[in-house]
Amino acid sequence: MSVNIHGSPILYTIPILGGINITSTLVITWCVMIVLTLLCRWLTKDLRVKDISKRQAVAEYLVRMAENFVLQNMGESWGRYVPFIAAIFSLSICSSLTSLLGLHPPTGDVSTELAWAVVVFVLITYHNIKSSGLGGYLKGFTEPIFLMTPFNVLGELFKPVSMSFRHFGNIVSGVVISALVYTGLMSVNHMLFGLLPGKVGELLGSIPFLAVGVPAVLSLYFDWFSSFMQAFIFCVLTMVFISSAAGEE
Amino acid sequence: MERAIVLMGCAIGAGLALIAGIGPGIGEGYAAGKALEAISRQPELTGTIRSNLFIGVALAETTGIYGFVTGLLLIFVAPGMFLGML
Repeated sequence: MSVNIHGSPILYTIPILGGINITSTLVITWCVMIVLTLLCRWLTKDLRVKDISKRQAVAEYLVRMAENFVLQNMGESWGRYVPFIAAIFSLSICSSLTSLLGLHPPTGDVSTELAWAVVVFVLITYHNIKSSGLGGYLKGFTEPIFLMTPFNVLGELFKPVSMSFRHFGNIVSGVVISALVYTGLMSVNHMLFGLLPGKVGELLGSIPFLAVGVPAVLSLYFDWFSSFMQAFIFCVLTMVFISSAAGEE
Repeated sequence: MERAIVLMGCAIGAGLALIAGIGPGIGEGYAAGKALEAISRQPELTGTIRSNLFIGVALAETTGIYGFVTGLLLIFVAPGMFLGML
């Protein structure tokens, strides 16, 4: 019995520029984005001021939760970042939860998180330059002494790398451990029931009894808890970095 | 022969990379213990303490995750790369 651990599978290769690979990451991410867009359209259909529908109550609850989350972490004057953070949060959670459908989650591919982290890096740099000017921003790298410049530059460049690797590592470790445990349970099952003589042992050995309950418990932690946690952490770090770059609390 | 040495090096390296799991384990346990102390002292702040604990734990986890990613690279990427060089 072989363990099957792989990255995002390549579905199709566009034969231009030496072949552009369409991976399942791309397809699933677009599906998730379309689903989220349709969900938002549906939730915000015919909004009213008085006697609101249940749908509108849910929409208002979600928006208020997002606002509280951002304003608590970034401060009262940062309302314009609510849509951005909410978008990253919902995209991250929904992408991670596609692993429940047996797909390779898009967040288990480092390019997804790296793309988000690069966007965040651009925002951090923008706010740094906006708050202290280009000269001040560049001068900030030479503090406290000139010798520290390479380390400061590296530290700044490693912010997006560490953010994306944290998210990627957590999701992909779930994928790897689930695959290992599942294969292990299958082979233990095969071995145990294979001890029975004749056809009965073969038949029972081919049915994975042991692989029924345990992967569900693992899925509870690695799929549900870890997905929520990592989306939360990514957003909190984004907010902390951006608001500290802008020099406000 | 060279193949065997390359594969052995990659496998040993991957095993060593996972030693990085020790640090975050100790650190996160310490953080969780401190958080429990804080909660037992001020039970009314449970929500705040818990969310801060999660942020801290996730930050402390980074080095362990680096070890894990290095291990993955050593198992799935490095053998092919080094064997291609031979």
